[in-house]
Amino acid sequence: MDLSYSPQEQAFLAEVQAFLAEALPSDISNRVASGAGATRDDMERWHTILNEKGWLGGTWPVEHGGQGWGPIELHIFEEESALANAPRIVPFGLKMLGPVLMQFGTAAQQAEYLPRILDGRDWWCQGYSEPGAGSDLASLKTRADQDGEHYIVNGQKTWTTLGQYANRIFCLVRTKFEGKPQEGISFLLMDLDMPGIEMRPIRLIEGGYEVNEVFFTDVRVPVGNLVGEENMGWTIAKYLLGHERTNIAGTGFSVQAYAQLKDLAQRVTRNGKPLIQNPLFAARMASVEAELEAMKITNLRMLSTAATGGQLTHEPSMLKIKGTVIRQELNDLARRALGPAAAPFPSEDLDNLAIAPPCHGHNAAGYFNNRKISIYGGSNEIQRNILAKGMMRP
Amino acid sequence: MNFEMSDDRRMLSDTLRRYLADAYPFEHRTAVAYDAPFHDPEKWADLAELGVFYALVSEECGGMGGHGFDIVTVFTELGRALCPEPVLGQLLAASLLRDTADALEPILDGSDRYALAVGEIDAPYEYGTPKTAATHVSGASYTLSGRKTVVYGAASANRFLVTASLPNGPLGLFNVSVEDAEVIGYSMIDGGPAGEVVLDGSPGTLIVDDAGPLLEPTLDLGALALCAEALGAMEIAQDMLVDYLKTRKQFGQPIGAFQALQHRAIDLAIEIEQARSIIILAAAAEGTPDFPKRAAQAKHLVGKIARQVAEEAIQMHGGIGITWEYPLSHYAKRLVMIDHQLGDSDHHLERLMAGLVEG
Repeated sequence: MDLSYSPQEQAFLAEVQAFLAEALPSDISNRVASGAGATRDDMERWHTILNEKGWLGGTWPVEHGGQGWGPIELHIFEEESALANAPRIVPFGLKMLGPVLMQFGTAAQQAEYLPRILDGRDWWCQGYSEPGAGSDLASLKTRADQDGEHYIVNGQKTWTTLGQYANRIFCLVRTKFEGKPQEGISFLLMDLDMPGIEMRPIRLIEGGYEVNEVFFTDVRVPVGNLVGEENMGWTIAKYLLGHERTNIAGTGFSVQAYAQLKDLAQRVTRNGKPLIQNPLFAARMASVEAELEAMKITNLRMLSTAATGGQLTHEPSMLKIKGTVIRQELNDLARRALGPAAAPFPSEDLDNLAIAPPCHGHNAAGYFNNRKISIYGGSNEIQRNILAKGMMRP
Repeated sequence: MNFEMSDDRRMLSDTLRRYLADAYPFEHRTAVAYDAPFHDPEKWADLAELGVFYALVSEECGGMGGHGFDIVTVFTELGRALCPEPVLGQLLAASLLRDTADALEPILDGSDRYALAVGEIDAPYEYGTPKTAATHVSGASYTLSGRKTVVYGAASANRFLVTASLPNGPLGLFNVSVEDAEVIGYSMIDGGPAGEVVLDGSPGTLIVDDAGPLLEPTLDLGALALCAEALGAMEIAQDMLVDYLKTRKQFGQPIGAFQALQHRAIDLAIEIEQARSIIILAAAAEGTPDFPKRAAQAKHLVGKIARQVAEEAIQMHGGIGITWEYPLSHYAKRLVMIDHQLGDSDHHLERLMAGLVEG
């Protein structure tokens, strides 16, 4: 048993740290650290910097402009990026559609779309969930009816993250109405400026805007925009789910959140002493730290299995559940630590009043917004179903 | 033994519930709670006319209620409607000004709107030794300097009750007019008015020069009111959750048919009854020597339970539960943020722990 990285992995870790220290603009990392979140411009600038380094599609094969990183390299890159307060890579093109096109797309589709994902000409968003098809995704109703060289698309998608910045969308649509619902789904690419597509914002609990509803009315989509065979969409979606589950534990976010919490607990006071000396609060911090250390090892154990060619099926669902619970507990403590200073509705004007210590004016907003992480990407209830199905198999 | 509400309180409860259902439908609430002045002054006047402030004040002080159960009745209804009117400040002011006869009338008729300015940046829940300092001018006249932070109701108040350290050390309580203070108003993340109150040689009238014995029971009264507000909000969150579980269909059946969700919804129902019971116990103890302990027990338990209800109701709703358009998200925010007012669940647990040691 050896818990340390190999010499090559350690060298890569040092390279990533050095790169982040040099290349990540401080105005961007400051915005991420403050909880205000990266702006569209921040995300695009960071993508460009990473692409110039060749790391934007780090896990992509070399022939498609990537580095061919394995699971450990990806983990090192993502954890260090989170610790450095880099913006999260927008996953829809790079981590979702890209791998799908490499696996299922035609050579023409790969040649057309993959370079545009890397250089930022295309910003993809995802059209999966519908108002009536959330956890039960296979019941989706948005339909694509073939009419000669086109599909006619009608229906509605929802929870489309950052769709307001996107120019293209990949969707799961229904192309067959009889038989098992999973067998009548296709994977279709669309330009958001096609006539008949309308995007409407959904405001979230803390007041922010990051998700959308998308409406499709008689949208004419060339049949060439189909990925894979017709009615093969569910297979593609399941393949994609496997890719979405890299970094599912979010350990980098949690480690960073814990470091910020520890700093905060030393700066705010209760009963005339630093909060970190308060036994009730310190007990919560110590407990969540132990949970986090354990989860980091669980995560590395699974990564190691994946890196050495082992088979993971339902197990990563454990990481999703535990990872989100730990992050949410850290968000809870960061909110709680502020006491009344967590109460103001965040705004730039208030930052100047220094009601909360610097970088902590958004703690309550972050806590409320991050209730989403145990809901999206397959809720923790669905993850438990996956685990139960996997473990109770006769 | 009788756990029924008295007829008078039943009437008050029914009247208030009908009024708020009519005057504060959800759309109106969200429209006013997040934009200055973060409440609706017309509705404030209506509440005054309905006698809500009289219900919070004892007869010897000119009111018509003032018992723990009167307070619980009013604030449960405010919580059910998620009403952003800063009624809490009025309750606290009436308690603190109980011996200042000419100040009480404008509280009862709502013409004065009070906010209690106690918290400071490094002392969020402790009030004993404020950095805000008072300098004597003459008689009861002082000037005050310092900053009070996250003053609930500040953005819409015209009078403040301010704690400040007197020249020789004791804790003074002062009445300050809004014209004499700099108020930077803002909305709370869960809606409703708050603000920073900055005093810089601001004139203030001394109410009492040993404020501790007056503040302690007043803050406990406030804690009881907040617990009742949370109870009302939890009742609605629970109703919304059960309704959603019965109507939302996935995998060909209502999601409430899944036992995993049934059990969690039932756990919430059990916790809400625990909250109701500790609030009844605290309300019954109001005015007795037991009250500080009961109020602390209530605020401790309700802080924990309200968070659990908020988080679980959101989780079982899924994405819709964290949208601005869906009322549950605003109830959940209020339920979580009530724990940040007048001492969180840990703060009150520490009081209870200290009581154990003292026997």
